[in-house]
This record gives sequence, structure tokens and C-alpha cells, in this order.
Amino acid sequence: MSAPAATPPTFAYYPGCSQTGTAAEYDRSSRACCAALGVRLVDVPDWTCCGSTPAHTVDHVLAGALAARNLLQAELIGHDRVTTPCPSCLAALRTASHHLAEPEAEDSETGLRAPSFRTEVERLLDRPAPLRADAVSVLQVLVEDVGVEAIAAAVKAPLAGLRVAPYYGCIMNRPPGLMAFDDPENPTALDRLLAACGATVVDYPFKTECCGAAFGMPRLDIMQRLSARLLGMAADCGADAIVVACPLCQMNLDLRRSQVNACAGKNHAMPVPYFTQLLGLALGLPEDALGLDKLVVPLAPALEAAKARAAEPKNANGGGPKENAPCA
Amino acid sequence: MRIGVMVCHCGNNIAATVDCEAVAAAAREFPDVVYATDHMYACSDPGQGTIEKTIRELKLDGVVVASCSPRMHEVTFRRAVERAGLNRYMFEMANIREHVAWISLDRKRNTEKAIDLVRMAVEKLRYDRPLTAKSFEVQKRVLIIGAGVAGIQAALDCAEGGLDVVLVERKQSIGGVMSKLDKTFPTVDCSVCVLGPKMVDVGQHPRITLHALSEVEELSGYVGNFEVKIRKKTPFVDWTKCTGCGACLEKCPSRKVRDGHNEGICTTTAINIPFPQAIPKRAAIDATVCLRFTKGKCGVCQKICPADAVDYDLKDEVVTEKVGAVIAATGLDLFDHTKCGEYGGGRYPDVITSLQYERMLSASGPTAGHIKRPSDGREPKTVVFIACVGSRDRSVDRPYCSNFCCMYTAKQAILTRDHIPDSRAYVFYMDIRATGKGYEEFVRRAQEEYDVQYVRGRVAQIYPSTGPDGDQLVVRGADTLLGAQVEIKADLVVLAVGAESAKGAGALAEKLRISYDAYGFFLESHPKLRPVETNTVGVFLAGACQAPKDIPASVAQASAAAGKVLALLSKDKLESDPQIAQVQTIRCIGCGKCERTCPFGAIRMRELRDGSKRAEVVETVCQGCGICSVTCPVRAIQLAHFTDSQLLAEVNALCRTWDENTES
Repeated sequence: MSAPAATPPTFAYYPGCSQTGTAAEYDRSSRACCAALGVRLVDVPDWTCCGSTPAHTVDHVLAGALAARNLLQAELIGHDRVTTPCPSCLAALRTASHHLAEPEAEDSETGLRAPSFRTEVERLLDRPAPLRADAVSVLQVLVEDVGVEAIAAAVKAPLAGLRVAPYYGCIMNRPPGLMAFDDPENPTALDRLLAACGATVVDYPFKTECCGAAFGMPRLDIMQRLSARLLGMAADCGADAIVVACPLCQMNLDLRRSQVNACAGKNHAMPVPYFTQLLGLALGLPEDALGLDKLVVPLAPALEAAKARAAEPKNANGGGPKENAPCA
Repeated sequence: MRIGVMVCHCGNNIAATVDCEAVAAAAREFPDVVYATDHMYACSDPGQGTIEKTIRELKLDGVVVASCSPRMHEVTFRRAVERAGLNRYMFEMANIREHVAWISLDRKRNTEKAIDLVRMAVEKLRYDRPLTAKSFEVQKRVLIIGAGVAGIQAALDCAEGGLDVVLVERKQSIGGVMSKLDKTFPTVDCSVCVLGPKMVDVGQHPRITLHALSEVEELSGYVGNFEVKIRKKTPFVDWTKCTGCGACLEKCPSRKVRDGHNEGICTTTAINIPFPQAIPKRAAIDATVCLRFTKGKCGVCQKICPADAVDYDLKDEVVTEKVGAVIAATGLDLFDHTKCGEYGGGRYPDVITSLQYERMLSASGPTAGHIKRPSDGREPKTVVFIACVGSRDRSVDRPYCSNFCCMYTAKQAILTRDHIPDSRAYVFYMDIRATGKGYEEFVRRAQEEYDVQYVRGRVAQIYPSTGPDGDQLVVRGADTLLGAQVEIKADLVVLAVGAESAKGAGALAEKLRISYDAYGFFLESHPKLRPVETNTVGVFLAGACQAPKDIPASVAQASAAAGKVLALLSKDKLESDPQIAQVQTIRCIGCGKCERTCPFGAIRMRELRDGSKRAEVVETVCQGCGICSVTCPVRAIQLAHFTDSQLLAEVNALCRTWDENTES
């Protein structure tokens, strides 16, 4: 947790394709929050797709080259640390920099040296691969570089009364060796950030469960079942909203809500905002800077409910921690 | 010098790939060799007879046997040459089995290498000098560190064998993990009923001195003559006066202290006797929580004590004991399951460890043998057991199997069904390892007679259920035999936590100068043939400090260690190995490098009358490792039987052959 530095922390910013389309509000709110909290973002010039799921399911070297190109673009403008809001882009970028650091592998049986990942990537890029650049998520930047205390101090309109279920998705923290951020089984970064915004964070057991991800296309039934579980659990936990950090999770839980509800036979009306949207509200940023209108399930009723709850006298919350039974 | 050489065929082990006759023929040409032959089995009676006869008839000064590893038969052949009147160190062995015959099928090159090795042995033998062992008196007492079941067994065996025993226990009472168990597998008999009488025997045995609430601070000396400093931590109660009546426990106002004996599932008082069968049954104050020590108030126990035993001014005491041997029996600790986020990381009160469950099952435990959920005291109807928590799991750096969890899990599942007949018990397992006597049958009983549901697969997540059964836990996992995901709503989850080395095991190993592995378990001298010895002579191992072990294995090893100690100390005097470092005082410059480098503390600096210093080897402590002799800048320290001249003679013998070969 660093105190406000003399020069603002600066990162190369890699938006990722989703953030130019279905998740434009994630991009907009991420930029707005960073600006409000004194984090300077410099766009990676001429950035391209990280390769995403299609590339790495076909060819690891090609996927690595696609991601490495973006890291290189950042390095060329003098930035080693790239930040991106999207966990999938983050995984692609971190995987590439991880493999680029590997030495040449030697086949233990033949003794032959296979060309290193770096060599192969450079062959595809037709130029030297990046040397140092690595990527971190916008969430990690906000929690670690800005710090939860600094965020709490900057909050102007606390989200009092709003009960939120923090949902990290599968890959924000995993695999732990690669992502090296927070606890892979029970992450708390988002919890702490939302608590700093004044929200009530419910103990949501499905923080890192899968939403069905890209199965929404080939096997809709799987995605419907998994996302319905997430919504059901959040409702059971008494949450007003599921707060996400991933554009694909958001799409499955929000845009595909009618499909999920149809499958589950439920009528879940719980909004699924990005954490940057709620953070922006708490920081007092105008709604249009946060793209709240882009959410399919509207956020406003949840905010209204929260306001009403916050206005109620205390003690109405109920459900305090259970007391341990005394032993005989 | 007159040297005899015998080349062994070892049946076909050597002869199949080495031309033994050619080796013997070549050996006849070596300097000082007056006799060389080959033999089917040099170690057999006729083989040894031939060696003895030849020594006598040809008046040999030394013998080389080319055969197996010296670890196998060096002692055998040394005895043979000794019987024939030679000094036992006038013997050398060339290993042409493990180092030659077993590693290559190329008969020609094998034979050449065997000839080289014999030539080296002969050259070394030419510089051998007779060495004689010295003898020294021994202390007929043994120090046993740790008084769990292994330490108790070793103490009783040693004491019955006539040795005085100094038994040191870190905790307030002896008994270890076994005293916490309810029942033992596979017989399901009461643990403390079996152990209790042994604990009483320890407390009453005239030959056993028990230091409870004590730790070994320092061990110096050598086999036969160790000196140990023991820190007796103060209980703030005069144990010579305390009668163990327990009046202080009833009146102590600080009642929220974590109860270690009950694994924290209930609380206890700041002044405490851990359990009814405790030995010694004496009260002790935990100064970290006592109001008298933390706030300066109170003093109730002192007022109430009918024996006037409580004394807040008592201090730690350090006692020194002299012993001839040491048995380490420090046992194990359990894996900390809060590292496993998938099982809740300690957040859910109804996810407990197996040892906590054991305390709950125990009639003398805090629930008087009734199984109750820690959260609400309700009797659970569905209990899920998860095996291998912190065992066989590289992601938490515990790649090893903890040995006994499969069995205690089966036992606990059976007891669950016994205590609550309308309950259901599930066991998630990876493999079932039930290799002991009656173990497999026991697991089958759990499955077939007690209808315990065994699910082969790992648990991915535990989370609290919501809705109508809102107070349950959902256990999600894989059933790899069905190839399906399973979800079980459980009232209680019991984690079969694996074994870890005892806290502070590494530090104790350094004090004892014994080795330990990456996980803190003490290393035995040889995994098969010397399982209770360590590489430090006179220090032995018993129980789970060496590796995770169940009760039968711990007791067996404890008796084995006691047997080793009794055999060692049955002699009034011990012989020291003469293959040790020797200082040539005239060469020594007193730089002290050897003293600093010696891993056994066997070198000390002696001051001469002119104030200069010379190194001196404590003969009984030196293990003959040779580190000092390579450290010495002026070659003043030589390792007897492995002197520089001997090693150079071997190198020269080898290089000379190489020269001849390349020239030709």
C-alpha cells in the first residue's frame, strides 16, 4: 500500500477487444476510476487482440506471439507494466511473459535443444520479443498500487446499505503460480475494495466458481446451469448485486439473463455491475462516465433498495455471526 | 612387505562380466604381492579359511580382497585377517561388484577396470599401518527426548534392562498424541486405557527420572559420555508440594484459555492439569494468559491451594545430566488445514480436524463422548471425512504419505456410525493404504458392516448451504469411479490432516548433531539396515520423529532403539574407531580452521606454554569424516588409514595405468 507518490503511478493500458464492444462500460469506468484515483494510463499504441481463447486452443506459440506483440508495443513506449481490466487478456499477457522468460529446453532423451519459446515467438514477430514487460489487472493496481485505505479516503458517496456478492471468476487468481495475486481459493481483494466503498460484502461462497465462460456458444445448457447456480447462491446470500471483474462473466450473468432464467425457471432480477462502476459511484463520478446505462439488468432498483435500507434504523440487518456453542 | 590378493567370483555376480582369473594373474605382477588367487565366494567359510591359511603359511603382512562393497563385508574380512594374527587395518577391499560387474556388460573393459581397482588397493595397503582402538568408560544412563508412546516404551524397556533413564517431555504431561486418541485401530480398544498403565509405570519406575515441561537446551560430549543441559520451565507451582487435587482449576477466574489437550474445541483455565490421567498429575500456570502475570491482579490459586504449592516467583531451572546414549522420540505435529482455502481455510466452525473429532469421540473429552457440532451443539447426521489433507499434495509442499490417516479415518467413520446409528458417513479418498496386520479387513468392515460410503475422489470445495437446510455444509467433489461430480450436504466435515515433523524438530536435530530431511523428519543411518541409528554414534531414533508412523510401528521402533541402547551400554568400556583425524603438532600453525569446520565439534585448540595454539582431536568425538584434513592449509591433520600418502598412492596407481594404456 503506497502513499500518494510525488509522480502519479503510470501504466501502459491495454483495453482488450471486449472493452471496445460488449464491455465498453468496463473500459470507460476503469479509465474514470483510475483518473479519479491518480493512476495515469497510457494506451498501448496500435494494440491488437491478445489471442484470447481461440488462439491458445490452436497454437501456443501463435497465442504467445499475439500477446507478446502487445507487451512489446508497451515496451517501445517505455513501459514495463501493462494493466488491463480483462482477466482473460491478463492471462494471455502473463502466460506470454512467463514463457518468454524460459530458457531453451533440452530433450532429456535425445539431448537435442529445442528452440526456446522466445526464439519461436521472435520468428513469428520478425523482431525481438519484449524483455521485461509484464501485465497486472486493473483490480490489482487499484488494490496494491493505490491501496484500499487511499480508496476509502477518496470515497465521496459511500454505497451504504448495498449488499454485494464479489465474484472474481475462475482466472483472476488462477493458476496461482502464473497470476500471483491474492488467495487462489478465497480471494479477498475485491471484498476489501468494495468494503472500502462502503458496501456490505456478503460471504459469497462461489467467488471463484465458473460461470460457463465461452461455453455460452457451443453448449448453452452448461453455461445456463452454471450461471444459474451463481445467481441462485447470490440471491440466497441476500445480495443486491453480483459485482464482477470479467467481461465474459458479466455477459453470461447479465446479457444472457433471460436464457439463464428460462433454464432455471427463476426470475432473477439481480444486477451485475463491474466493480469499477460501483467504485466510480462511490467516488462520486457521474453516471454517464461509468456507462451504467449499458447494463441489461438495471442497477437503479438495487441502489434504491440500498438507500432505503441505509435509511432504516440500525439493528434491522439481522443474521449476525452465529455464536459458537459452548462445550458440555 | 608381503601382500596376498583374493579375487572373488561372487558366484556369477562378478565372474559373469569380469575375468577373475585374469585379474588374479595381473595382481601377481604388482609390487609386494606374493600371492594372488580367485575364489567362488571369498566371504564363505572356505573362502575365509583360505585367507587365514595363506596369511599363516606365507607370512603375509596384508591382504586385499576384490569383491563386493566394503559396506557389505569389510567387517567380515577384517575379522578373518585378525583371526590369522594380523592387525585388522592391514586389509583393503576393491569393490569390483557394485563398481564394475553390475554396471557394465563389457567383459574386457570390466576386467581392465577391476585390475586397476586391485592395483589401487594394493598401493594403498603398502602404506597401511596397524591401528589400535582405544577404550573408554561409559555412562550407563540414557536420555530419551519426548514421552509419547515411543518415548514411554523406550524408557520402560531401557529401565527394565537396568539402565537409568532421563526422560524429557516438552509438555506438562507425558502421553503424546496417543493420550488424545479415543480408540485405536484396528482393534478399536480404548487408547488411554492401553497407554495409561504405561504412563503410570513411567511415573513410578525407580530408574526413570522424568523432566516434564522441559526441553533439551544443549547436548555435548560423545557416545558413552554425553552431557545434556535440560531447561525445566517453571510451572509456577512447586511440584514437590502439589497433590494434583484440582482445587485451583475450579477457582481460576481466567477460563477462556485455549485447551491444547482438547485441540482447542473447548476452553480451559490458566492454571491447569491437562487431563485426568496426566503424569505427573501436577498443576501448571500458563503465564501468557494468567491474570496475575498479564494484569498483575488475582492470586486466587495461591490463596486456595491447600498444599501451599503455588509460587509466582519460581524461575526456570537448568539441570545437567550425564548419559551414555540418546533416543530422540519427539513425535509429530499435524498439518495446518487453514492453508487449504478449498476446505474453508478455517472459516467454518463445522469443518474440524481429525484430532479435534477424536477428542469429541473420547469419553474423557469435553463433550463426554457425544458428537456435537461446534457451531450449534447439534448432533450431526451426515459426517463427511476428507482424506489426504496435507498429505500427497505437492501444492502445499507435502508430497509424502502420512501413513496412518486412511486407518484412523476408517476408525472414526466406524465410531460415527456406532455413536449415531441413524447417521451417514462418507469418506473422500485418493487411495486406501491399509498395509498393516488386520488393516485391510478393518477398512472392509467400515465399508461393508458399517455401510460407510467411500467416494474415490477429491473435494473441490466446501461452502455453507443456503435455504431450508441453511446450517449445513455442501461438500462438492468428484467421484472418479463414477466419473461424476458429487455434492453432499453434511452436518460436519472432518479433515484427515496429515503428519508434519514436530515443531522445533530441526533445531533439536542440530543440537543432537543428527541429520533431518526437508520436512524436518530425522534421518536414519540406513533406510533398511540401520533404521533406528543415526549418523551420530550413540543417538538413536524412535517413533514418528523419523517419519509418520502409527502406534504399532512407533512402539516397535522404540523397543528396537532401546535394544540398541542396551546392547551399546552393556559393555563397561567402548572401543573407539581408530580411523580418525590425527594432528601432527609440529606442523600445526594453530590457525583454527579445522576447529571451525568440524561438524562434530571434535577439534579443540590447546594452548601451549608459549601461548601459541595447536589443534587437538577429541578421539572419542571424531567421526573420521576427513573434512579437517582437506581444510588444513599445512597438511598437519591426517586421517588415519586415509592419509594423503595413501590417497596419492591410489591416484598414482590409477594414472600410471592410464599412461601405459595411452602410450601403447
